[in-house]
Amino acid sequence: MKKYFSRMGDGSPCEMTESEIMSDLVEGSEDAADRGKIPPLIDDEYRHLLEIFCSPYKFVSVEPGKEVILTYDAATLKIRRVGVHVDRIQALQIYEKIMGADTMELAHVDYSFKPVKPIASFEQPILEQALLTTHIPLFYGAQPNLGLYSQPDGPFPNPAELMPMGQIKEAQESYEAALKDLVKDIVFAGSLMYESGADGINIDTAGAAGDADFLASLLATEQLKAKYPDICIEMGMSGEFILGMHSQLTYKGQRLAGMYPHDQLKMAQAAGVTIFGPVANTNTSKSAAWNLARTITFMKACGEAASIPIHPNMGMGVGGVTVADHPPVDIVSRSSKAMVEICRLDGL
Amino acid sequence: MRAAGDLVARMQMTRGMKIDEAKAYVAGKLGVTVLELTDPVIMNEVRTDLGIGVITPLPGLAKGIEAKFNMARVLDIDINCVKRFKERVSL
Repeated sequence: MKKYFSRMGDGSPCEMTESEIMSDLVEGSEDAADRGKIPPLIDDEYRHLLEIFCSPYKFVSVEPGKEVILTYDAATLKIRRVGVHVDRIQALQIYEKIMGADTMELAHVDYSFKPVKPIASFEQPILEQALLTTHIPLFYGAQPNLGLYSQPDGPFPNPAELMPMGQIKEAQESYEAALKDLVKDIVFAGSLMYESGADGINIDTAGAAGDADFLASLLATEQLKAKYPDICIEMGMSGEFILGMHSQLTYKGQRLAGMYPHDQLKMAQAAGVTIFGPVANTNTSKSAAWNLARTITFMKACGEAASIPIHPNMGMGVGGVTVADHPPVDIVSRSSKAMVEICRLDGL
Repeated sequence: MRAAGDLVARMQMTRGMKIDEAKAYVAGKLGVTVLELTDPVIMNEVRTDLGIGVITPLPGLAKGIEAKFNMARVLDIDINCVKRFKERVSL
């Protein structure tokens, strides 16, 4: 029986028959449907995904006219991460002119709003000079990163220490106090960068520390939109599921803990987010087919509920892309094509 | 910027347009078809003619903030840094 080249979720190559691929597609989709309480894919979509996985070509793409735009998080940070030692304005010019990016982002190497706060006045002139010399939309971005607000990194008692001691109420109160400070920091830094001319603010990796982290991101968005009605806020999520670290926090009457992308999107829309970046995580021990079908199931439900543009996160470990430092183009292009052709999305 | 992705992105960012609406809007403003928006040869000519920035700038062509002034006019949108530039130089 003919076997097709594919990969596992960790990027390691494997060979699969058509029936094995189809079996994993169905299993992956049903896993997402079960977790998210959303419909699984339909037969035509399974067949389309199967064709994509069985394509003999290393790189696959969409039909002309179906292209979408790309937004990037932490652009200048990633140039530095790979050891390219250029100034950040040069890094942005590399993104724009050499990589052909559609948008880009200025970011500090300590990529969280809290550490940006004391150096904001050093960040602003760089942003202002970058805006003079570049052409494409330029975001300023950072992570909410609520973990930085608990001891020993921050002023509030550490909920991860309180909870094992049974001090649940104290842990919840700590989260509630910390998220207020986080909102202030996001609004402070976001305001300064917008007033320096940024085209948008990227609240990236929202929800990484759970429901309180997500709530702070929503409240900060609300405040920034009230202050600057024309501001563009992109909110990129940290994972597919909101961890209930506090567990009882609500926004607009909805409990945040346990939300999957299609419900997270509704909260983001209500807060005034301009572009939403949902996430589906990659399982390294399952096949790429299993992971992609699962991702598509989550993203399709999210796209159908969206009245704002959505840019699902795609990269190492998310969006059906393998967990490897250098994601292979065969899987990146297959995942990208499937995302664009099956989900109602507006960018990646 | 090799084609028109940055312009489509601006419509999502400033007007909250979904992808098809944003592409149709940009194509209409540039006087091209939606299919031509991703053609780097055609778009290089269109961008040169409109002064909205190209990858390889020729001498005398609008660059950087100059190109963004033209972009705001062509797309009929506010670009934050252009608006602030005008305020700072008392335009």
